[in-house]
Amino acid sequence: MPKFDKRAADVLVWTLLLTAPFWLPMSGSYVELGSRVVIYALAAMALNFLLGYTGVLSFGHAAYFGLGGYGTAMTIKFLYPSTPVAMVVGIVVGTVAAAIIGPMIVRLRGVYFAMCTIAFGQVFYYIAFQWSSVTGGDDGLSAWERQPINLGFTSLDILHDNKSFYYFVLAVFAVSVGIMAFLLRSPFGRTLLAIRENERRARFLGIPVDRHIWMSWVISCFFVSVAGCLYALLSDFIDPRAIRWDQSGTFVIMTVLGGMRSFWGPLIGAAIFLVLEDYISSHTENWMSFIGLFFVLIVLFFPRGVLGIIQRKAAP
Amino acid sequence: MSQLLLFNVFNGLIIGAFYALMALGLSLILNLSGVINFAHGGFLAIGGYLAYTVAPYLGFWGALVASPFLVALIGILIERVLVRRLYGRDPLYSLLLTFGLAFMIEDGTRFIWGAQSLPYQIPSSLAAPLSTEFFFLTGYRVFMMALVAAAVLGLFLILNYTRLGLRIRAGTLDLETVSVLGVNVRALRSVNFGLGIYLAGLAGVLAVGMLGLQPTVGDNLIMPSFIAIIVGGLGSLPGTLLGGLMIGVASGVTSVYFPSASEAVMYVMMAAVLIVRPRGLLGEEGRF
Repeated sequence: MPKFDKRAADVLVWTLLLTAPFWLPMSGSYVELGSRVVIYALAAMALNFLLGYTGVLSFGHAAYFGLGGYGTAMTIKFLYPSTPVAMVVGIVVGTVAAAIIGPMIVRLRGVYFAMCTIAFGQVFYYIAFQWSSVTGGDDGLSAWERQPINLGFTSLDILHDNKSFYYFVLAVFAVSVGIMAFLLRSPFGRTLLAIRENERRARFLGIPVDRHIWMSWVISCFFVSVAGCLYALLSDFIDPRAIRWDQSGTFVIMTVLGGMRSFWGPLIGAAIFLVLEDYISSHTENWMSFIGLFFVLIVLFFPRGVLGIIQRKAAP
Repeated sequence: MSQLLLFNVFNGLIIGAFYALMALGLSLILNLSGVINFAHGGFLAIGGYLAYTVAPYLGFWGALVASPFLVALIGILIERVLVRRLYGRDPLYSLLLTFGLAFMIEDGTRFIWGAQSLPYQIPSSLAAPLSTEFFFLTGYRVFMMALVAAAVLGLFLILNYTRLGLRIRAGTLDLETVSVLGVNVRALRSVNFGLGIYLAGLAGVLAVGMLGLQPTVGDNLIMPSFIAIIVGGLGSLPGTLLGGLMIGVASGVTSVYFPSASEAVMYVMMAAVLIVRPRGLLGEEGRF
């Protein structure tokens, strides 16, 4: 029975995502919001690979998100006007940075790990903020556009057609999520779960724990930089706020809100968070207070997240 | 050149003293309760704004005394209502809570006092330079250094020579045993939280005299405070003090030669410490 439920959930999620551009305008929303949700969902699911499935607390994922975005934006603006090339550059930049920082922090645990990820995350914020001749500083990097993608037989005009950009984002999302699901089902993924459940026992079984956490960290940051690339392409713009610590906090709260222990949880969290943010910020200037209040309320009354509660109710 | 260097070393010491004051408060709370208080910068801002508000009635000196106490009271209130519920849960949740609080405090101060930078008047007796040759040695800066030193000294005296301090130190090592011995751990954590926030408030009052008042005044001080704790070593208050002063002086000296790298040098120091000595300079082995 649970197996059937899981498959039904998959079908439901994909049906909703695939038909989104058609029902979003009908429900009074717009397609860009759908793209935003999918992009943030990818970032939150990538974070959940580390947070929910390896049990390691990272509060600095915005750094690699932002590096992906800046890599993409700067490549299109300064080097080579091609969307796929720019994305590859962005992903490589984000992943390499994570791979270099990883060994310094994988020996740490708990709050100490969280603190170091926050601090290291801010390095890139300061670089983006202060190196204004290259990064545009506080104003961000604008005056560039995502380029149509040439598929050989046809060209995908993601620039002018919102729907095709949405489907482009969704395709990248599908591939990324598929790889993550595959990894989690592999022996490697099972090892990560073992580390989450009982690190000491995993160590006694001969599992090189630090190396596995490093690998999980790099994989997680890889997919976060993919999301960062898409984020920059979404509005043809990136600024240092994409790297700031509050962005990292947003990824974590989305993950917690949706449910950390479930695969689709972060997607639901991202959807709820962004729709709410969209609504609040169009109604009041003090939306930051409401977002903050939202954080507090979730932590106090909703720590298991939406899916956590549903699963708990379903269990006998 | 040597005067410029001296100027920047002194500047670095002042900034480092701020980092240390912030970081000591963070460290106190982190050590006893396992909570990273991300809203610490927000409490610093509140300290500054409250001083601005009460200064017309109490004067500069009155505000200096009253404002940190008021901030500490707010801190204790927040600890009792919100933070307390999360002790013993995954540190993830207390971090998210203080993230949310940081948002709310920043927005709240902007709502109440406005987004523009407000001027903060310091007594003219403190504003004048002490000598013409060392123009950077204004009375206010020397006074600030003295006050930070007094606060740090006071903190260490409390921790080492009072019953409260003894309990805080014992609780840092083994809270369960302290609780079994009949100490009211809930009250202890409350007071300790208040003590940490008091230091943030004090740093806030002092900082606004130098940096001016805006809602994000704490933002630029919180990351260096984290780095101070990491460099000095988790669980060690002398380490935190050392870390704060070190990164302050290092960024001050760097700004003589490479002004744009003055932020980066702190992170380089953090990376070096993490590679060579992950527990920090004075940290205990195996604590984290």
